[in-house]
Amino acid sequence: MVSLAVDNMLVGKDEPKGFLFENCRRNAFMAKQGVTLPKARSTGTTIVGVIFNEGVVLGADTRATGGSIVCDLNCEKIHYIADNVYCCGAGTAADTEFTTRMVSSKMELLKLRTGREGRVISALRMLKQYLFRYQGHVSAALVLGGVDVTGPALYTVYPHGSTDKLPYVTMGSGSLAAMSVFEDGYKVGMNEEEAKKLVRDAIRAGIVNDLGSGSNVDITVIKQGSVQQFRPYEVICKKSERQGDYTFPAGTTAVKSSHDMVPFSALRVTDEEVMEIS
Amino acid sequence: MAVLVDEGYQTHPTVQHRFFPYAQNGGTVVAVAGEDFSVVGCDTRLSEGYSILSRDVSKVRKMTKSGLLGCVGFHGDVLTLTKMLDAKMKQYKHTHGKDMSCEAMAQMLSSTLYYRRFFPYWVYNMVAGIDNNGKGCVFSYDPVGSYERETYRACGSASAIIQPLLDNQLGYKNQSNANPAPLTRDRVRTMVRDIFAAASERDIYTGDEVEISVIDANGIDTQRFPLRSD
Amino acid sequence: MAGMYTTHMHLPRMVDMKEKVAEFWQEEASLSQPRKHTLQPIVTGTSVLGIKCRDGVVVAADTLGSYGSLARFRDISRLMKVNDSTIIGGFGDYADFQFIMKLLEQQTIDDNVVGDGVYRDAPSIHNWLRCVLYNRRSKMNPLWNTIVVAGRDFAGKPYLGYVDKIGVSFTDKSVATGFGSYIAQPMMRKAMEENPNMSVEEAKRLMERCLKVLFYRDCRSLNRFQIGVVTETESSISDPISAETDWSIGANPSGYE
Repeated sequence: MVSLAVDNMLVGKDEPKGFLFENCRRNAFMAKQGVTLPKARSTGTTIVGVIFNEGVVLGADTRATGGSIVCDLNCEKIHYIADNVYCCGAGTAADTEFTTRMVSSKMELLKLRTGREGRVISALRMLKQYLFRYQGHVSAALVLGGVDVTGPALYTVYPHGSTDKLPYVTMGSGSLAAMSVFEDGYKVGMNEEEAKKLVRDAIRAGIVNDLGSGSNVDITVIKQGSVQQFRPYEVICKKSERQGDYTFPAGTTAVKSSHDMVPFSALRVTDEEVMEIS
Repeated sequence: MAVLVDEGYQTHPTVQHRFFPYAQNGGTVVAVAGEDFSVVGCDTRLSEGYSILSRDVSKVRKMTKSGLLGCVGFHGDVLTLTKMLDAKMKQYKHTHGKDMSCEAMAQMLSSTLYYRRFFPYWVYNMVAGIDNNGKGCVFSYDPVGSYERETYRACGSASAIIQPLLDNQLGYKNQSNANPAPLTRDRVRTMVRDIFAAASERDIYTGDEVEISVIDANGIDTQRFPLRSD
Repeated sequence: MAGMYTTHMHLPRMVDMKEKVAEFWQEEASLSQPRKHTLQPIVTGTSVLGIKCRDGVVVAADTLGSYGSLARFRDISRLMKVNDSTIIGGFGDYADFQFIMKLLEQQTIDDNVVGDGVYRDAPSIHNWLRCVLYNRRSKMNPLWNTIVVAGRDFAGKPYLGYVDKIGVSFTDKSVATGFGSYIAQPMMRKAMEENPNMSVEEAKRLMERCLKVLFYRDCRSLNRFQIGVVTETESSISDPISAETDWSIGANPSGYE
């Protein structure tokens, strides 16, 4: 069965669709033996969205963590779905990235097939049906927002596939800090500036109070016929300036022998080959 | 079809809410011994899980006029341990009419930790100060009392990312033709400050402020500098 | 001799301790005697909030005692006036908190019997509570509470402390327990940044705002709470009050899709 799957991949026809599960039993067995499986990079994250009188504002922090270590100080968490739809992702970085990318391509195909701009609700359906299929194992917690013929729309999608439709939403480990700002300051029918300010405050609350969130505030404003991206909208925490000098003097790197060192100018191209890398 | 999702492969095991007597409260301490001085730095963040409990809790305390103790780990044990040590130091002073030396303090801390070998104080300790000969000294410990005198050491949540840097910068590891100049107070203080700025970039449990103390024959000079608060 | 002492430093790991503790509980469970430990909280109180201000300290908690998801007791006080310099607030198991209150009451009586006018200030009560809670955790028989100590020290300076069921304790400008540490603490920290020199009245209004948001989002909370204030001269706890809530956004079109 295993070789069949490999054969199919090599031949390139009748490829199994979706994920390959052939290592599941092995991994489960290994886990039982006490082997710790590698940990995926996650985005601890504060992501939010709010509806205002002309559209939707989405916001995100920019920290990605692997355990207690920051993997990425400035990662992008507001993903493109369509020209009028964007999606913030929290959870396992790879899952949010690939899920939104897949839905983005499906939305593009939908647009080409129907000859119309896609609706936010279409993206929502694709996301929730996909996530439900994998019963929470695809750990993507999303905030989906956009503007279509029906007006502004804002949803949250949970990793198991359930969804919410609300005028203001938050997700991720900083969701409670961000929600306290929304519950305290949300008003119906805000203008764009008020909405941006509120989103900025919500993300900042996540950044400074939640250890899974950090660095900058990213904001995307979606209105009928226009999208504005601010990356970063604001830098909340800057690295302090280095005080000392740590340059190594020349000759610090050990060299086997000076005979091995070839000056760059002495290199000459004798043969070259073009390789396909993608 | 075979059942692919086995017991050991569930993402949501049944949660058993049982009492666990420890917590990890984060924080980092770095200590460096110079010729006639030593430097200790710590951050001031106290955390639990993904929350910041407080932005202003120092992890270094003064034990004698020439000895400091840095502790990180489980803050409940930190408080109990330091209270025990304070009492023992006081007793020593009343008995012998003088402050404990750094070497004595180091040995006493080791015994105190080992006393709880099978229900340990979950604390990573570091003693820094001036020894009996007027030289800078640093002692580092594991939670059950194994200790060693060293010239530089990092302990706590960011220790794994700081120690290699100290090895390179102060131990001159992986540097050929290195010309180790004697350490100065300013150079070490600046380096510790930069190290904490760098560690707070990458370790989520290190941040808010760095507190740096320089100990020499004149006493202890303590300064604070801001770090990232995210 | 695998596992014996080796020349490199042996570092015990937290996971070793987790296994040990799990073993302890397994043994405990195999005994057929009745349990005498708090294994989990039963009737619980939710968040306690505290904030230090220019001329005193303000502390707040709602009046709900939850029995799991049941709002079992709706008029219990989780704030206790210990003396004129200190108020404490209890989060977690209410029975354990009543036990702590009993201890403190007896202690106050014993102090009064001496009749020399000496009383305990907030730092000493905080310290004492930490010892009690840490000792119980070390016996693996915890008092399942996080306690906020609000008051002033002997010099008259405002004091605000926190101590939990395993003895983690600290003081800060603002403290919150339980769900409040996620929801209310960000609000309090922001308010203090914007207005570092808050008056007692402003702090009280801030508490109301925080408790209102907690009522919106914490399923184990109630819109009926008490606010305690310790100033230079006295300490007092208000009668239960409610915040004005706004549910108007519920009328907006919503749904799951």
